[in-house]
Amino acid sequence: MAEEMRVLLAYADKINPENAEEYIKVGGYAGLEKARKMEQNDLIQEVKNSGLRGRGGAGFNAGMKWSFVPKNAEIKYVVCNLDEGEPGTYKDRIICEKNAQALLEGMAICGTAIGSKQGYIYCRGEYPFVVKLLKNAIQSAKSVGALGDFDIEVRMGAGAYVCGEETALIESIEGHRGEPRFKPPFPGVAGLWGVPTVVNNVETFACLPYILTNGAAWFAGIGAAKYPGTKVLTLTGDINNPTYFEVPTNYMLRDVVEKLGGGVKGGKKLKAVQVGGTSGAFIPEANLDTQIDFDSMGAIGAALGSGAVLVLDETRDIVDIVTRISKFFEHESCGKCNPCREGTFRCREIMERINAGKATQKDIDNILLLSKVMQKAALCGLGQAAPIPITSTIKHFGYEYNRKLL
Amino acid sequence: MANYKDIIANCKDTKGGIIEAYHALQSEFNYISREALQEAARVFGIAESEAYGVATFYSYLSVEPRGKYIIRMCESAPCHVAGADELLKAIEAQLGIKAGETTPDGKFTLELTECVGQCQATPVITINSEPLFNVKPNMLGQILAACK
Repeated sequence: MAEEMRVLLAYADKINPENAEEYIKVGGYAGLEKARKMEQNDLIQEVKNSGLRGRGGAGFNAGMKWSFVPKNAEIKYVVCNLDEGEPGTYKDRIICEKNAQALLEGMAICGTAIGSKQGYIYCRGEYPFVVKLLKNAIQSAKSVGALGDFDIEVRMGAGAYVCGEETALIESIEGHRGEPRFKPPFPGVAGLWGVPTVVNNVETFACLPYILTNGAAWFAGIGAAKYPGTKVLTLTGDINNPTYFEVPTNYMLRDVVEKLGGGVKGGKKLKAVQVGGTSGAFIPEANLDTQIDFDSMGAIGAALGSGAVLVLDETRDIVDIVTRISKFFEHESCGKCNPCREGTFRCREIMERINAGKATQKDIDNILLLSKVMQKAALCGLGQAAPIPITSTIKHFGYEYNRKLL
Repeated sequence: MANYKDIIANCKDTKGGIIEAYHALQSEFNYISREALQEAARVFGIAESEAYGVATFYSYLSVEPRGKYIIRMCESAPCHVAGADELLKAIEAQLGIKAGETTPDGKFTLELTECVGQCQATPVITINSEPLFNVKPNMLGQILAACK
């Protein structure tokens, strides 16, 4: 198996993503129409049955998430997370640029399921051109009456990685500093402006029209049984073909690199692959024969995360790259909780010392201990995931560290 | 040129719209002035300290004047392995400023940024949020000359 399977991107570059009529001609908005004829509980059950799990990183069952929203609340919101800040990731931008109407339809399906009339798309500040595209797409959908009485507003972030965390994202829409909230309460119960809110990723929403149109069983039958469907991946680094792909979730990581990616650039050997973006684990060549789905990646100590795949050839200095990554987390830590604020600072400090050849074994011991503390004690996923590139490379590429120690 | 008070007033009916107001201010002035911060605090009914806290939390917002062209150099891992360090040195040399500074003529501000989501063609810089791809040091002369 070395072929892509395009569902979300089936009409990429064949239809104008802003134009609702072109989308309708290729079967668009039929899923929403079907959803509107269903009882809310049946609709949520259908999404549960499809097995759709969050495509933003945490992999939570989407229908399950929706079922936590109280039925009796008067006002509820549907929020789309388009803050993809994970370095090496641009799949949500691609989904918008190729198939924006599917995102809008998916949000409206969610609105139908939970009884919400208002959606928000939180788009990262790096994508002002996507904000423009989405506003035109919403206008087009409204003008043909495709969204019915469901409204969608687009808000733009301003360059804060932490706003990809759902409660920080909500804070930012409310006009505050993007600092994560303590959970519980979860957004499903008390989210945007304190009312029940479903937050899902772009790719999660964009799957919904196809689930409704083709049925839950169809979707559940694609790819890995426990994480069904397709996944859009973005391939970067030392690779012949650095672009995006949509593959079934039982696709092998080795095939991503060797077949879709066309192998390592310049005929060099592979050293490591980092999956899931900058917060992901580094995977050695020996573990490449693994499916990309959420659970298979978890089983080798990695995470599918956002679906970014960074390829590094044999000449790359792992310690130097991880030092760069530790600078990223220090910069992006919001500063609210101590384990992350101080932890990312110290991680960067120790990594720089190691990279400069001025560290000892004691520094390695300390950074591993610090990593444990951060993984257990940080308030949100940022601080918890920040040490993963460090610990995974010490585990798999320890010799690269050892040769730089005093 | 629009007045800062009008720009903020335009956003006052947007719930939680202070960040939208800041974006609108920046697209006109490239930064958020002290007077604009005070006005935004008043319009949105929050303390000045809070308005300042929001403006300084986000890396794309600035409370310091910036140049007409804001050049952002991506430093994240995919750009890092594609030679971002050398490119940054070349940009600094061409402009005669360090990252975080503005040229004396007020034309260029150079900032470092994390991933801008254009990793299909690294290294990437953006000029006023417009991404430029596969940038090599020898392309800089032409790129900067295009900024009038």
